[in-house]
Amino acid sequence: MTSIMPSSYLPNTDADRRAMMREIGVGLIEELFQDIPEKLRHAQFKLPSPLSELELRKELSQLASRNISLDNYACFLGGGSYRHFIPSTVEHVISRSEFYTAYTPYQAEVSQGTLQGAYEYQSLVCQLAGMEVSNAGMYDGSTAAAEAAIMACMITKRGKVAVATTVNPIYRGVISTYVEGRNLSVETVESNSSLSSDCACLVAQQPNFFGHLEEMEAHAQKAHDIGALFIAIVDPISLGMFKPPGHYGADIAVADGQALGNPTSFGGPGLGVFTCRQEYLRQMPGRIVGKTVDVEGKPGYVMTLVTREQYIRRERATSNICTSEALMALAAAVYLATLGKRGLRQVAELCYHKAHYATEKIAELKRYSLVFPEPFFKEFAIRCPVAPSQINHALLKEGIVGGLDISHIIDNTILLCVTEMNTKHEIDKLAEILGAL
Amino acid sequence: MSYHYVLPEISESGKIGCSLPALDVPPTELPPKQLLRQELELPEVSEVELMRYFTALSKLNYGVDTGFYPLGSCTMKYNPKWHEDIARLAGFASIHPLQPEESVQGALQLMFELEEYLTEITGTHATSLVPIAGAHGEFTGLLLVKAYHQDRGDKARKKILLTDSSHGTNPASAVMCGFEIGVVASDGEGNVDMKDLESAMNEEVAALTLTMPTTLGLFDPKILEIGQLVHERGGLLGADGANLNALLGQVKFGELGYDYVQLNLHKTFSTPHGGGGPGSGPVCVKENLADFLPSPLVTKNKGMYKFVSPTKSIGRVANFWGNFGVMCKAYAYIRSLGAEGLKEVSENAVLNANYLKEKLKPYYYLSYDRICMHEVVFSGRRQKAKGVHTVDIAKRLLDYGLHPPTVYFPLVVDEALMIEPTETESKQTLDAFVEAMKEIARDVEENPEVLHTAPHSTPVRRLDDVRAARNPDLRWHMRS
Repeated sequence: MTSIMPSSYLPNTDADRRAMMREIGVGLIEELFQDIPEKLRHAQFKLPSPLSELELRKELSQLASRNISLDNYACFLGGGSYRHFIPSTVEHVISRSEFYTAYTPYQAEVSQGTLQGAYEYQSLVCQLAGMEVSNAGMYDGSTAAAEAAIMACMITKRGKVAVATTVNPIYRGVISTYVEGRNLSVETVESNSSLSSDCACLVAQQPNFFGHLEEMEAHAQKAHDIGALFIAIVDPISLGMFKPPGHYGADIAVADGQALGNPTSFGGPGLGVFTCRQEYLRQMPGRIVGKTVDVEGKPGYVMTLVTREQYIRRERATSNICTSEALMALAAAVYLATLGKRGLRQVAELCYHKAHYATEKIAELKRYSLVFPEPFFKEFAIRCPVAPSQINHALLKEGIVGGLDISHIIDNTILLCVTEMNTKHEIDKLAEILGAL
Repeated sequence: MSYHYVLPEISESGKIGCSLPALDVPPTELPPKQLLRQELELPEVSEVELMRYFTALSKLNYGVDTGFYPLGSCTMKYNPKWHEDIARLAGFASIHPLQPEESVQGALQLMFELEEYLTEITGTHATSLVPIAGAHGEFTGLLLVKAYHQDRGDKARKKILLTDSSHGTNPASAVMCGFEIGVVASDGEGNVDMKDLESAMNEEVAALTLTMPTTLGLFDPKILEIGQLVHERGGLLGADGANLNALLGQVKFGELGYDYVQLNLHKTFSTPHGGGGPGSGPVCVKENLADFLPSPLVTKNKGMYKFVSPTKSIGRVANFWGNFGVMCKAYAYIRSLGAEGLKEVSENAVLNANYLKEKLKPYYYLSYDRICMHEVVFSGRRQKAKGVHTVDIAKRLLDYGLHPPTVYFPLVVDEALMIEPTETESKQTLDAFVEAMKEIARDVEENPEVLHTAPHSTPVRRLDDVRAARNPDLRWHMRS
């Protein structure tokens, strides 16, 4: 072994190592690798030479500064990842290393922080979604939707999943990957078309990919009429003012939980919110935390209903999910608790009013028009007189990250998103630049 | 401070934990009433009460920063603090996944280089960073296997072989990809039983997935023969890379005969586990599988980085591009250590495990008495004969302020105690653990009651799992 300095990565000294090797009875560290065929050892690795923390911090800061940070730019981009205000409480709680350096809470006696935090999360998202039960979180909204579709197939013993055309195309892609991976099938359905009786579920999104609010009661009715489950994908922030999925007949409701206190972080880590009706509890994927008592009758929390899970049930598990996004779920719990009932409603209403102000300003320009009629929440599709890519380019030059170019779906159309983060000044400037194009 | 309350119990009408701006635009009419919700029953808590509540909860937790965490197969190494700061830089944390590519060149460069490093470390051809966690990476790997055989027109391969010591995610992932499961036994040395593999490996088998080192903490010396047999019979060889820490900088999975390997950045590459995520589960593949990788990969062309979709891609497996924040930390780790440093990581991880093996061997039954890799598996059978179970030993360790090893896994070892010290622990820490384990072994003989009733000093004592499952209490309700 070469002589190395102890570091945060390797604390043992050379003297420690020599003493340990004596104890084991080897003279050379290589002897510990004797089971590996000799000809395969000593592989050459072409990696950059190591650098110190000081040098790397500098280099990585420079790399980070090559990205346009939304801290310095106005942003009207959504499409599945959303920029919302994150109160400082969130970062301070999840930065406590007792939380972030812990493992999955298998040893409940020394994991009550993680477990009680998960119980709070489950409770808060149930309240928010108006649903009966929640798991402790999934990877993201798209995989939560995909696992919901598979769960519906298992419950109904049917092999076909119907997905509304207005569901985010990325979600539709992920649902297809999962469902077809399991040798089941996916059918894309128009809002007004009927469902074939062999469908396990109907999946719809509220607001839909284009920001428009759908008639979810009608969707639920359509699914229930043929004995299928209704799966709603929702925007959790919208639930600050809009009717929650539990009130319009959703059997399973999922969401991308990034907006609940997590930064956009180039798309991850995020969070998949997964809730359902009580009767489907034992078919749910993922970890679930429950309250119980210890041998002295003191209340405490454990991971429960574990016979659904891969580490107990192996190939008969409801899902393969293991490590998920526990810390992001904790962030969501802290976020919801920080804002509370008044705060979340206020955030939702700020988004709603500002987004509507933006559409009014843009509508004044005449050459731009709303593609879908009201109602909408914070996102809306605008048909443009010039290519959206050209618009985004012009906006970027003026310090604005524009919208999502969806011209491949609807001609010359851009999907804009306005949240509480956008000021009147930013919206006016957006309209001004659009008007000048 | 008591923590035996939940948020509704500290909620009072009118409180809030932050301030929000007033509306700066003219309000618009609200949408039709049938779209709106009537009530929103969330707790209302002040900032100070909220912070005290969650701080109190954090104190009930044990983390790597609290102490030794020798969970086998989980690689709970120390998480250098500055890595956390890097992921929180505004230029990384505050960027949107759908921003124009020209506005996120730094992030794309980091991903491109991380793909290159992981490809190099595993001796493969290409890497996808998209999978969110280990099991997600396994799932992705198996979808690649399925796509590969379908592309060749070979429709008969419906089975995945795995070993009796494999992780539970292995069979669960295979079922999610529409495969059946076949199990290959381990032999008396803890290696793959070649006769069993020989008879199981037929034209219905799509792949053998084999963790290396195995979950017994052993390197199978016949790995090349295993790969040869699987390939001769038309199958692929895949690795659950949970145990890469033993092989970092020593050998390359590609050279061991593997067609793909799934990694866990939250194990091997020192990103924190977060109490159950976020993780990151990249999949590294040989050339034969590269065209099927999930969308997107990062490429470099004329100095510009951009996303591309492989030609025969299995499609999308997640919302966006993977857990970018986790990638930043793994990138910092690799750049800090370089090739030499990574080699020292595996050397020290294996040295620490073998040291514990030697020191504990007199007190606990060693199922396979041979040189181990990064972890060692003991059996609690001697203690079981005295009426003390592995769970009792685990719970007693908590009284010493130590986190227990992984217990009752792998399933092929009776009363298993799977110990993985990792390279970030010093000899001093290991010696303290050995002393605790020795005292516990003595208590098994002299004072078993103290084990049966352990733990005694934790915030709560043993919890009633049966009650939790029979009468699920999974949430609070707001009092009205």
